[in-house]
Amino acid sequence: MNLKLVATDTVARRAGSLPIGDWLFRGVVYGSGLALLAVMVAMVYELADGARPSFAKFGFGFLTGTTWDPVKEVFGALPLVYGTIVSSIVGLVIAVPISIGTAIFLSDLAPAWLRRPASYLIEIIAAIPSVILGLWGLFVLVPIVRDPIQKLLGDNLGFIPLFEGPRFGLGVLSAGIILAIMVVPIITAVSRDIFLAVPNSQREAMIALGATRWEVISQAVIPYARSGLIGAGILGFGRAIGETMAVTMVIGNGFKISPSLFEPSHTIASAIASEFSEATYDLYIAALVEAGLVLMAISLIINILARVLVGTLVRVPATVRE
Amino acid sequence: MKQIERSAIRKWHLPFLPGAALVAAALITLLLAACSDDDNKSSAGANGTPSSVDANTLAGYPACATGGASALTGAGATFPFPLYSKFIDDYGKLCSVQINYQSIGSGGGIRQITEKTVDFGGSDGILTDAQEQAATAAGGSIMHIAMTSGSEAVVFNLPGINRSQLKLDGPTLADIYLGKITKWNDPKIAALNQGVNLPNADIAVVHRSDGSGTTFIFTNYLSKVSTEWESKAGFATSVNWPVGIGAQGNEGVAGQVRQLPGAIGYVELAYAKQNNLAWAQMKNKAGTYLDPTLEATTESASGVTIPADMKILITDSANAKAYPIAGFTWVLAYVNQPDTAKGKALAHFLWWAIHDGQKFATALDYAPLSPDSLKAAEAQVMKLMCGSAPCLAK
Repeated sequence: MNLKLVATDTVARRAGSLPIGDWLFRGVVYGSGLALLAVMVAMVYELADGARPSFAKFGFGFLTGTTWDPVKEVFGALPLVYGTIVSSIVGLVIAVPISIGTAIFLSDLAPAWLRRPASYLIEIIAAIPSVILGLWGLFVLVPIVRDPIQKLLGDNLGFIPLFEGPRFGLGVLSAGIILAIMVVPIITAVSRDIFLAVPNSQREAMIALGATRWEVISQAVIPYARSGLIGAGILGFGRAIGETMAVTMVIGNGFKISPSLFEPSHTIASAIASEFSEATYDLYIAALVEAGLVLMAISLIINILARVLVGTLVRVPATVRE
Repeated sequence: MKQIERSAIRKWHLPFLPGAALVAAALITLLLAACSDDDNKSSAGANGTPSSVDANTLAGYPACATGGASALTGAGATFPFPLYSKFIDDYGKLCSVQINYQSIGSGGGIRQITEKTVDFGGSDGILTDAQEQAATAAGGSIMHIAMTSGSEAVVFNLPGINRSQLKLDGPTLADIYLGKITKWNDPKIAALNQGVNLPNADIAVVHRSDGSGTTFIFTNYLSKVSTEWESKAGFATSVNWPVGIGAQGNEGVAGQVRQLPGAIGYVELAYAKQNNLAWAQMKNKAGTYLDPTLEATTESASGVTIPADMKILITDSANAKAYPIAGFTWVLAYVNQPDTAKGKALAHFLWWAIHDGQKFATALDYAPLSPDSLKAAEAQVMKLMCGSAPCLAK
């Protein structure tokens, strides 16, 4: 107790004796922190302010309405919210297994000479501009999705609502695949780092017990890394829900809610991107801004959920986690 | 040790400072000289000092303004952008006027001219009453000047059926876009296409997902030929589509139609040509089936009365030689120009564009103004006022 007091006192006195450097440092650090907060607050304020006409007219009906009709000036964003979340989930369902598999390969299985170039190549995927991926999606992926993917799924599993409906290629499924390609690099990179951070003592202990490689990975490495992997998944989800250009080009941009992955859908980001420039009256713009606000709220909720989820799943004892 | 080093560095650097300053000063002087040189050149052009260029007269007016500004800004419609770029490039060389046109979409163009952040706006649609009121409140009376017109091809993908081999009329097209006709061998389509082997295939309706002037013209046409379309969807830069898949931009729609057997879509003529897409012959109001040619597009605006304010949608034209899905694209400008120098430059640029500039239209797949439209456009440009005098001057 005494010791602590003395220590603080010394620090305080020393801070007093070096006021300029200390104050400057403190100012810069506080300034950067506060500036970021201020930007955030200003952004939310601007969005909320811009959305006011739409909020005044539709209230919470904006979130539950299913009609988006710029001619009759009726705006309901439910199909957009639905499309945003569903296409991202499809993307994650495809991306997570691939990413985790790749990450395990890179951290535990790949020969040393391959690890670096392979990681590098995967990170390069993240550098592909989204519009290029979109064009590729439109001209290469969509025809493949139409035939054979939709043909096979529809002919054999068409009784499941997920796989019925028109086989245009464009739609939630194509959007999900494009999103998967876009989020694989980030989920892979984060997962790989997490696997590399798993102490070797964990693996060695399992090996000492006579475990096979599969047993080591499934029982020692993955459980240890679980919370981190969830974090990686959420990061990918965060990236996916905000993705705009590539999704717009392949999702079919239809304002409807359908269980089928073959149907065209629409996302908040793609609706804003495609309609903002020709939104010719104030209420229309306000509706698009409000949709942006909704998108922001969704990412916030997902982040909070992620925190909660990670919190409940961290069961690894603190002593081991060192 | 350290102190010695520091002072050594200081001594070493100090003598160089005056030298650096001298060099910098010399550079700045040079730069200034270069700039003022440039200024002299451009003002010489703009002031209309006698040169071969200014001898060029258009319907009695010189191409370049006397005492006009050397820079103009505009923003708006993307549809005429390739043509405007050509205008800007050629007129810039002719009269040393730098024009910056941002193709941000008609909606953005209307907003910017209303906020008076640009000297002229570009729009593929007519201002609504509310928009016109807002603009009038901001800068007084605003007017539409048609610069060119364009048409939209109804493109399709049916193996074995080539360009111009399919015939459609307005009500049938509306029914397809309403989702009431879903098969290519529907009796309604078959009735218009005797002798054509129509497949028993689903129609994949493709439309634009982004707000666009193209959609405005297309839906305006559908509204004119189908009361059901008018009440259900109406016309605007984007509408609540009853059926179909949305594709981004003309290139997106063209890409989809090219790939997807059974697809139908609408694109600007240039995109249909570039992508080698099959298009349908459309039945016009007089009952003639026509290809979307530039001549047939220009005809849309002849034989019909062009109102003095040029606010006319020329879809479903009554002219028997007119292709029915066509539209003007307009420049929006305030009648009373706030800046005399800019007003002069703008008036002369627009005058040049509706006369000499029209020769660039065809090569870029735009339809030149018809004689009637040109007359109306001339009258509009003459109305531009710089103070108490017209901006356009001999």
